[in-house]
Amino acid sequence: MAGSVWRSWYVQKVLARQSFSTTQCLQELRKLARVRVVDNSALGRAAVAIGKPARIIHVYNKREVGYLGDKVLLAIKGQKKHAYIVGLKQKQKPNIPRFDSNNVVLVEENGTPVGTRLTAPIPSVLRNKEGDFTKILSLATRFV
Amino acid sequence: MSSDTVTFTTAPACSIGALYIHTKPITPDVYGNTKARRARELRPRRNYLLNEDVEKQRRSLLQRNPEVESSVADVEASSDLLQNLREKMPEFMPRPDILSRDRILEKLERQDMYRRREVINIPEFFVGSIMAVTVADKSAPGKQRRFVGICIYREGQGLSANFILRNVIDGQGVEIRFELYNPTLLKIETLKLEKRLDDQLMYLRDAPQEYSTVPFDFEPVPLPKGAAVPLNPLKVKLNRRPWHERWERMNLKGVEDLGLPERFYKRAQELAKPWERFDLMKQYRSTIDDDEAQTVMKEVYAKTKNIQSLRRQQRTQKQKEK
Repeated sequence: MAGSVWRSWYVQKVLARQSFSTTQCLQELRKLARVRVVDNSALGRAAVAIGKPARIIHVYNKREVGYLGDKVLLAIKGQKKHAYIVGLKQKQKPNIPRFDSNNVVLVEENGTPVGTRLTAPIPSVLRNKEGDFTKILSLATRFV
Repeated sequence: MSSDTVTFTTAPACSIGALYIHTKPITPDVYGNTKARRARELRPRRNYLLNEDVEKQRRSLLQRNPEVESSVADVEASSDLLQNLREKMPEFMPRPDILSRDRILEKLERQDMYRRREVINIPEFFVGSIMAVTVADKSAPGKQRRFVGICIYREGQGLSANFILRNVIDGQGVEIRFELYNPTLLKIETLKLEKRLDDQLMYLRDAPQEYSTVPFDFEPVPLPKGAAVPLNPLKVKLNRRPWHERWERMNLKGVEDLGLPERFYKRAQELAKPWERFDLMKQYRSTIDDDEAQTVMKEVYAKTKNIQSLRRQQRTQKQKEK
């Protein structure tokens, strides 16, 4: 009860003063960030169809922010699935592409991709990176 | 007296200037200024001296290069031509920020830029031009990778000058930022030379994809020699909000009516700063004065002419070998 009272007071305060920031965010892929699945797996398409995009629930690195080529754990249609980040909306270094959406490719526990075809171009830098995504790269038809 | 203890020289205590007599090192004063801080403030700042002063002090060949100096002095170029050159190669202009200017650094950077231009042809381009860039990529099949797109942004001075190309591939918007003088670039091509109504086209991110789609096999559109750069008066119809930025506040010319409620335009008008056009001090701080710009552009003119003749020689030599 006390919680709801406090919340309503806080919301009122925020709305009255507009103390929240409206600048563009960093577009970091942290926990609960929504991502787009760019393979032809049934799971990815079904998630889009019900209007509940996949969310990151864990990032497998020390910083807890996902970058290009990082492995993440997704919550998708009530399931837990592993995936690799293959495209970011964030500002990138020179020669590295920036995409209009945050793209991931679903993989099984053993590292094999769930889908059989990728629907978006893949950044070429991933080929130089160390990682367990050679099977994803072999599926890719277009590199930028 | 050791050099690190800063003391003021004695002055009559009764003088109006009120210079107090200090025989011991200065302790933090009422304003909290410590000895170290005062010493830091007395130290000369970074090199923002005049060109002539720099030349007087420097002994190295780099600064007083008689060849370059004479060639620049003899250059006879009309101010129109220099202005044209300035628009073509804005990255040669010094950074206008007074405090962070370093004339030696600028000169060195310009030398590196000429050296790079001897190796690679950097064509004329503007925001809105369609370009293709080939980059060395060790993991690509032919050891190189080509990207075609519309230039939506261009910025930076010196070696860090860069531009962004945007394209839509398989329904996915892709943007790549390239540095003009990056040695991994193998080829820069301008496929279609044109200008747009705005200085930057970042709003294409919020426009339908057809506005930024360019096929990878786009054929170069030749422009007759000596013709002015054509202006494309295309007006873009943006998607509905939410957008990346509040475009209604940006005073864009290349955008159709945004179709927003009245309050958005009202707020934009409140936040607009129409007086900045008349702020002489602001203009002075954010631009390089014309005299200096002319000397820089004269040097660029002479150097690029040399580079062109050098390239012509190379071409004729190659033809002879064949």
